Amino acid sequence: MKPARRNRLFLILLMVAGVATAATFALQAFNENLMYFFSTTEVAEGKAPQGAKFRLGGMVVEGSIERPDNGMMVRFVLTDYNKQVTVEYTGILPDLFREGQGIVANGRLNDKGVFIAEEVLAKHDENYMPPEVADSLQPPEVQQ
Amino acid sequence: MSFVPTPISRFFHRMASPPHFYSLTNKLLPWLMTIFILLLGYGLYGGLYLAPTDYQQGDSYRIIYVHVPAAWMSLFIYVVMAMAGAIGLIWRIKLAEIMVISSAPIGASFTFIALVTGALWGKPMWGTWWVWDARLTSELILLFLYLGIISLYGAIEDKRRASRAVSILALVGVVNIPIIHYSVEWWNTLHQGPTVTKIDKPSIHIDMLIPLLTMAIAFKFYYLIALLQAAKVELLRREQNSQWVRSMLETET
Amino acid sequence: MNSFAEFILMGGYAFYVWTAYGIAFIVLLVNLIMPVVQRKQFLRELALKQKRIRQ
Repeated sequence: MKPARRNRLFLILLMVAGVATAATFALQAFNENLMYFFSTTEVAEGKAPQGAKFRLGGMVVEGSIERPDNGMMVRFVLTDYNKQVTVEYTGILPDLFREGQGIVANGRLNDKGVFIAEEVLAKHDENYMPPEVADSLQPPEVQQ
Repeated sequence: MSFVPTPISRFFHRMASPPHFYSLTNKLLPWLMTIFILLLGYGLYGGLYLAPTDYQQGDSYRIIYVHVPAAWMSLFIYVVMAMAGAIGLIWRIKLAEIMVISSAPIGASFTFIALVTGALWGKPMWGTWWVWDARLTSELILLFLYLGIISLYGAIEDKRRASRAVSILALVGVVNIPIIHYSVEWWNTLHQGPTVTKIDKPSIHIDMLIPLLTMAIAFKFYYLIALLQAAKVELLRREQNSQWVRSMLETET
Repeated sequence: MNSFAEFILMGGYAFYVWTAYGIAFIVLLVNLIMPVVQRKQFLRELALKQKRIRQ
């Protein structure tokens, strides 16, 4: 390789490495903000912001969905298979909302430690299969 | 590279010579087009009709057959573009510079398609068109990178200087590519984790996977076709005063 | 899927699925046609310019 070309190659590598390092540091600094949601364990251990709005993610516990006043308000329990948090929500739920489904709720904790959600989004997993295959996998594998 | 045997370097020089590239492209295009249409036809038929309904998402998951291949292409084209940019910067090969700027609109289109089809999938499944999570935000930054490259190229009058500026911008933007790819693993996102590129085995049923891979290959051929078409225009613009363009013009018109 | 009607309805997600495919199709088609139109136009202009020079 001619010296001029080698210099240009070296300069390009240096530039890409420099930008990559800068980006790594920047991302590490913003890491907390890039967390789209907190887990139920983090909330139960008091690591989530108190009194401020944040997002909470977890699995809807089987059999925990109830409508206490026969109204629009839904109460359910979220878990990450470690600690649990109770959530209350009034509004329209997404199609995928069901027991055992992963969801992300946006809202804040009240003074009783109940999460009052203003928005509920469903998070689906990366598995794709026909219903027959899903049925044949029953009983569902025990998770963690 | 001085150690490369001469027949190979001669082949590359011939390939990189504009008139040879132009005539070769004309010969290749009908073949590429045929393969693309066959693959696309099979991919769409397989994805929209043959593939079974998903146990969780019903038929809405069929958006995967355009969303995922488009998202893969948005990353793939960016990497190709940055590599062509590096080659253009180091060896000053004209054809590599042309590949950079001809790739940008195609990459921007695929990024746009990935974002729009993602929104159309997110609304019924997640319950929202858009969230500012790491995957979606980094993909949006990719769209801005593509658009930045296109407008920077347009803003500089001297196209050889424009190519150099654009190549540097493309190379700087490469850091975003691993961020997009690993965003779903590094951070809690609303976007799902990887389905196909998992190390152990894909967590998608084989009947659903085959059309997905077919569509991905079809899009690769599409990129090649669109790239060659765009490169021909750019080549003509840059070489309009050269002998080969003039003689071609006399035979064609 | 068993019938054509079912295929069109997409299990109730017809709007989302067909809009997604429609937009993708239009964007990809534009990308394919634009360079051909641009090349033809450019060659026409170039031919005109050369004719003028020769006269």
